[in-house]
Amino acid sequence: MGAPPAVTRKPDAVGLGVMTGLGVGMVALGAGWVSGPWAVLVAVAMLTVLVLLVWAGVGGGLEVRRAIAPYGLLKPGILWLSLFFLAPLWTMAVMSLSSKKSRFDFFPSFTWDWSNYSRALTDFAPQFGRSFLYAGIATVLTICIGYPLAYAVAFRGGRLRNVLMGLIVVPFFTSYLIRTLAWGNLLADAGPVVAALEAIRLDGPLNWLGIMDNGRLLNTPTAVIGGLTYNFLPFMVLPLYVSLEKIDPRLVDAAQDLYSSAAGAFRKVVLPLSLPGVFAGSLLVFIPAAGDFVNAQFLGNPGTTMIGNSIQDQFLRQLNYPLASAMSFVLMIIISVAVLLYSRYLDTEDLV
Amino acid sequence: MSAATSTRQRLGRRAVNTVAGLGLLYVFLPIIVIVVFSFNDPVGKFNIEWQGFTLKHWADPFAEPELTRALWVSLRIAAVATVCATVLGSLIAVSLSRYDFRGRNGVNLFLVIPLTAPEIVLGSSLATLFIDRGVDFGYTTVIIAHIGFQVSFVAVTVRARIRGFDWTLEHAAMDLGATPMRAFWSITFPLILPGIAAAALLSFALSIDDFIITFFNAGSLLTFPLQIFGASRVKIPPQINVLATMLLMVSVSLMALGAAFGARRRKRHGVVAG
Repeated sequence: MGAPPAVTRKPDAVGLGVMTGLGVGMVALGAGWVSGPWAVLVAVAMLTVLVLLVWAGVGGGLEVRRAIAPYGLLKPGILWLSLFFLAPLWTMAVMSLSSKKSRFDFFPSFTWDWSNYSRALTDFAPQFGRSFLYAGIATVLTICIGYPLAYAVAFRGGRLRNVLMGLIVVPFFTSYLIRTLAWGNLLADAGPVVAALEAIRLDGPLNWLGIMDNGRLLNTPTAVIGGLTYNFLPFMVLPLYVSLEKIDPRLVDAAQDLYSSAAGAFRKVVLPLSLPGVFAGSLLVFIPAAGDFVNAQFLGNPGTTMIGNSIQDQFLRQLNYPLASAMSFVLMIIISVAVLLYSRYLDTEDLV
Repeated sequence: MSAATSTRQRLGRRAVNTVAGLGLLYVFLPIIVIVVFSFNDPVGKFNIEWQGFTLKHWADPFAEPELTRALWVSLRIAAVATVCATVLGSLIAVSLSRYDFRGRNGVNLFLVIPLTAPEIVLGSSLATLFIDRGVDFGYTTVIIAHIGFQVSFVAVTVRARIRGFDWTLEHAAMDLGATPMRAFWSITFPLILPGIAAAALLSFALSIDDFIITFFNAGSLLTFPLQIFGASRVKIPPQINVLATMLLMVSVSLMALGAAFGARRRKRHGVVAG
C-alpha cells in the first residue's frame, strides 16, 4: 500500500492545504454558506479528504509522516477555532449589514444596510470616546503602578522572586465581579477611602481637579478608571516582569562602572530593554479594558457608560442584533488597527 | 558597587521599595475587604457597611441555594471545558514547539488573535452564530464558548512552558528501540505534563471566573459570576464573600502545591521542562 505520489513529493504543502481547506469548510458549514444537501456534501467531502490524508500518512514512509504530523496535531484545535471563532465573525459581519424588512419580522435579513454602522458611529460616539479614553488612562496608570512592582521583584526579589510574583497574582484568583464589588465598598461615600481623603484634607483639591465629584468617589469616572486599572493590573505586571527579569543586572553595574548615574543607567539600559514588556502589557490591558462593561456598571453612573455597556444593552435587552454587531465590529477594527501598529514593534511569540 | 553607593542611590532604592510595597498593599486591598466582610453581620440586603462580627455565614456557607447551585454549574462547565480545551490546546502546543513546518507563523498569529480580541466581540459574535443557526442557549453553548477562549490560552501557555524542551530525548529513546508511541508516552509526556497541568489549572480558573463571554451565551443558565451580577442589583448576601474566600484559598493551595511539586521535580530530575 503506497501513498499517492502527490503526497510523497510535497507532503508539507498537502498537509497545509488540507488543514486550510478543512478550516474553510468548517467556516462554510458554521456560517451557513452552504445549507441542506450541499452542507451534507461538504461534510462528506471533508471527511473523505481527512481519511485520504490518514491513509497517505499510514502508507507513506517516515518522511511523509513526519511532514504531515504537525498538521494532524493542529487540526482538532484549528478546526474548532474555525467553527467557533472565524465563522461567528463572518456571521457577525453579515448581521451588521442586515435589517428587519418589516416591523413584524422577528429576524433581520441581509440587505447591505450600512445604516447600522453610521448609527454605531454617530449615536454611540460618546461611548466609543469614553471607552478609549478610560482604557488609555487605565493603561498609563497600570504602567505607573506595575513598573515599580515588577522592577522591585525582578531586581530586588532575590530568591523570593517567584513567591513575590505569586503574591501579586493571587488576589486576581478571586472572582472578577466580587473584586469589583469590593472596590464599591472601598470607594463608597461612607467607605474608608473617602474618609481617609477627608481626614488628610485632600478632598478639596481632588474636587477642584475633578477627580472627586462633590466629595464622592463611587459612581464617578475616577471609580470606573480605578476599577479598570486594578482589574487589569496583572496583565501589565506579568509581561513587564518577564522582560525585566531577563535583563542581566551586570549590565547596570557596567553602566555605573562607566560613570553613569543610577538614573542614567536605568534610562539608558533597563528602560529600553524592558520596552517589549511595556508594549505587550499595554496591549493586554488596553484591549480588555476598552471592551469592558463590568466596571462601568458597578462603579460608574449613567454618564460613564462605555461601549461594552451599549453593545450589551443593544444585544441582550433591545435585541437589536444588527446594531450591536456593527458596534462590535467597529470596536474590533479600531483595536485591530492599534494592535497592528503595535505589533510592528513586537514579536507575537512574546506577546503572552 | 556597594562601596560606592551614595546616599542618593540608597534613597532611590528605598523609594522604589516603598512604592512597590504600596503597590502590593493596593493589590490586596479589595481582597482584605472581601475576607473581612465575610464576617460582617449586615442588616439590609446589601453587605456594604460594617455592622458587627459574626461567624454564622462561615458556619453555613451554602445557605443561599441559588448561589450554591450557580457555583455548582460553574464548576461543572469548567471541568468539561477545561478537559476538552487542554487536549486541543496541548496538541497545538506540541506541534508548534516540536516541528518546524510550513505555515507555522500563520498558526501562531491565528492563535494570538482570539486572545487579543476583546471579550465582548468574542461573546457577541458567537451568540450571533448561535442565534443565526437556531441553537438554544444553555450548558452546551457556554461550554463551547469557554473551550473557544481556553484553547488559545492553553496552546500559548503550554508552548511557553515547553519551549526549552529537548526533543532529542525522544530520538534517543527510539534509537534504543522504543516505538514512536512508546517514546512519546514514556519520555516526552511525563516531562511536559507539569506544563500542561499548570495551563489546565489556569484555564479552569479562567472558565469559572468568565463573565462577559458567558453573559452573551448562557441564555437563562446562571453560572456563579452571572448569579452575582444578577444579585448585585437585588441583594448581596455575605455568603458571596464566604464562597469567594473559599475559592481563593483553594486556588492558592493549588498554586502552592504546584510550586512545591515543580521544585521537588526539578531537584530530582535536574531537567528544566516546565
